Amino acid sequence: MRGDTGVLLGLLLVALIFGLLIGPRFFRPANLELMARQTVIVCVAALGMTMVIVSGGIDLSVGSIVALSTVVTALLLRMGMDPALAALGALAAAALCGTVNGLLITRLRVVPFIVTLGTMLLVRGAAKGLAEERRIEAPITWLNGLLRTARDGNLGVPAGVWLTIVLAVLVAGVLGYTRFGRHLFAIGSNERTARLCGVRIDRRKLQVYSLSAAFAGLAGVLEFSRLAVGDPTVGVGLELDVIAAVIIGGGSLSGGKGTVLGTVAGAAIMAVIQIGCSQHGLPNWVQQIVTGIIIVIAVALDRWRQAPTR
Amino acid sequence: MTSGTPRLEMRGVRKAFGATIALDGVDFSVAPGEVCALVGQNGAGKSTLMAVLSGVVRPDSGSMMLEGQPYAPREPIDARAAGVAMIHQELSLAPHLTVMENIALGLEPVRRGLLQWHEMRDTARRALAQLGHEEIVPDAIVADLSPASQQLVEVARALASGSRVLVLDEPTSSLSHGDVQRLFELLERLKSQGMAIVYISHFIEEVQAVSDRVVVLRDGRNVGAGRTRDMPADAIVQLMVGGEVEALYPRSPREPGDVLLELVDLEPGAATLSLRRGEIVGIAGLLGAGRSRLLRTIFGLESVRSGRIRVGVYSGPASPAARWDQGVGMLSENRAGEGLASGLSIADNLTMSRLEELGPGFLVFPSRQASAASRWVDRFAIRSSGPAQAVGELSGGNQQKVALARLLHHDVDLLVLDEPTRGIDVGSKAQIYAVLDALASGHAHEPPQASGTGGEPAIVADRVAVGRPRAVLMVSSYLPELLGLCDRVAVMCRGRLGPVRLASEWTEHSLLMEASGAKAG
Repeated sequence: MRGDTGVLLGLLLVALIFGLLIGPRFFRPANLELMARQTVIVCVAALGMTMVIVSGGIDLSVGSIVALSTVVTALLLRMGMDPALAALGALAAAALCGTVNGLLITRLRVVPFIVTLGTMLLVRGAAKGLAEERRIEAPITWLNGLLRTARDGNLGVPAGVWLTIVLAVLVAGVLGYTRFGRHLFAIGSNERTARLCGVRIDRRKLQVYSLSAAFAGLAGVLEFSRLAVGDPTVGVGLELDVIAAVIIGGGSLSGGKGTVLGTVAGAAIMAVIQIGCSQHGLPNWVQQIVTGIIIVIAVALDRWRQAPTR
Repeated sequence: MTSGTPRLEMRGVRKAFGATIALDGVDFSVAPGEVCALVGQNGAGKSTLMAVLSGVVRPDSGSMMLEGQPYAPREPIDARAAGVAMIHQELSLAPHLTVMENIALGLEPVRRGLLQWHEMRDTARRALAQLGHEEIVPDAIVADLSPASQQLVEVARALASGSRVLVLDEPTSSLSHGDVQRLFELLERLKSQGMAIVYISHFIEEVQAVSDRVVVLRDGRNVGAGRTRDMPADAIVQLMVGGEVEALYPRSPREPGDVLLELVDLEPGAATLSLRRGEIVGIAGLLGAGRSRLLRTIFGLESVRSGRIRVGVYSGPASPAARWDQGVGMLSENRAGEGLASGLSIADNLTMSRLEELGPGFLVFPSRQASAASRWVDRFAIRSSGPAQAVGELSGGNQQKVALARLLHHDVDLLVLDEPTRGIDVGSKAQIYAVLDALASGHAHEPPQASGTGGEPAIVADRVAVGRPRAVLMVSSYLPELLGLCDRVAVMCRGRLGPVRLASEWTEHSLLMEASGAKAG
């Protein structure tokens, strides 16, 4: 039985419950699209996080990297740079943060939780410094249309959603069908075994943290697209949503487990709860309680299913 | 010793897990002042029987009596309260706590909500004195003790909680020779104090040395029992495997070829050694003599301090990744902690060191990974539901075959093996011996037939080893295996590797003398 069947059933169940509460309008295409748009930012960052968590690590700095990325994008646009280059610049800055994470983890032999807890503050500070603690206004470009509903073309789905789908397929391919992906599972499952088998662990960790940060950078570009400004205070606590998506999706914090489909479904569950609650007129605090319960139930169910049958 | 009422009696114990019948009406008993050995291959039902005894598993049917009273533990704590103590292969101590805290664990003396440290210390001291090991300090931190002393702490815990039945499951697997002797003396002492002891071991020699009675299980049934002195070793082994056992240590003609490994004054290890293709060289020694460290240094898992090392045409130290590229593979002594990623599949574990040819470029096709793995699953007769099964679900012997098959999948020339047969059943051992012999000789021979062991197909060594002879360097604590399988053997003592001599020039006695440093040079 595949590890992500459970979370897909969970998604279906949550969607059905809100469908019953709210009625058929909950499933109208426009509403589904709204949910997809809501979920992409968490989802893109969670794709990178899935790889990190599979390798037995964690990255707490993604929320700060998202903020840094919005700032860098806005600054580069204001300098008159081409939007595509501005986005690439933001991605590069983000990837650099990830490389720093990776270097600290592999060279100083400090656990990822502590290293990224440190860089979470460090990157947040850098973003604020870079933006001089202000929001950075930027000229409107096509970047701001990434999450806008396409009236025609794109099959009525925003470009950002398509981008997320393509990336999800790519990451699933990387995890399942490349040496890099299999090495991540090996490192996460038993790092000593991976070392015995000649896996170059430090190199793989450097790669995975850089890659994860680049995904966070892309999430930042999408965030910028929504806000239309560079905001160094955005994305506080976002890393927890991202980690929750991976965990609801069947990822294990002890490593060696996690799927892209599960992560995407995990992110979707959180979006459905968010939108469902607000459309049913439930206040924000109810939504937080429900999400919290879902996280614990998801992990408990996973434990229970995997309990030794002996 | 069978006179009087048994302290513990199990009758007709039956337990099925799904379609698999683990225990099919097993009888077992042990009397006060008796050591009863429980032997059988992996999967014979020993562990399940002991799990029933200790309340971890509830039997489908059958009855148990403890001192004539019905005994049906629902939880492990019930067994402990009734006086049944288990001492497992992996010790269950809290390493950061002191000896006395460990001994009192779960039964801490408390008065008005406060811990009574003096009482705790006295209890610990009394229990250790009863074992004749006053030298262990109750205030010492358990992690600082040797494995043998840690085991004593666990026995002391059993005594302190008033145990009347003591079950030891493979108690010697992490002990050196001297510590094994001391353990045996301890068991004698406990016996004279009236303890009923169940002794589980793969080592027939140990069973003969320590037990009064032997009970043999095979495929979940009693297949034989009797007084130890009436049962010679080969009779016990025969009962265990259920058929004729041919030569356990096969020896095909081997022809030494080019030198694959050359060590000159390599530190750590003070090792000077040259190993040729077509040879099996063994390293004996006590636990902690530095044997594993030497192998790990050769393989690049630990750094070379000084001296020369040459592998094939490559001189100097190298990383594990580079060693694999040079045609060297290593098997770790620590199967669960290092050798295998127990959460991953057989296929992932088997191909981890060499994913290169399982797809173009940097791709790995799971289908090719599975088919490569299932070839080895067939060749090694690895009992599993298929290459996708998680390695952690396999028995010890089958896990070890996966770990060894990794080296063959990688097609290495030099196999560096650390305790290749530790903690596995006789059948799997015989298969691994046959494979190693075939690898060293480069040609096939008839595999040992172990018929009647539940239809396990005997390994066909010629399907495993093809073409060229390989070289094997192995560390083992099991002396008969070293003498039976190796061409040449060296002894490591206190971090120094002694001279390598022909296996025929050694005896178990001389190996032990040298290993314990009783004889110079």
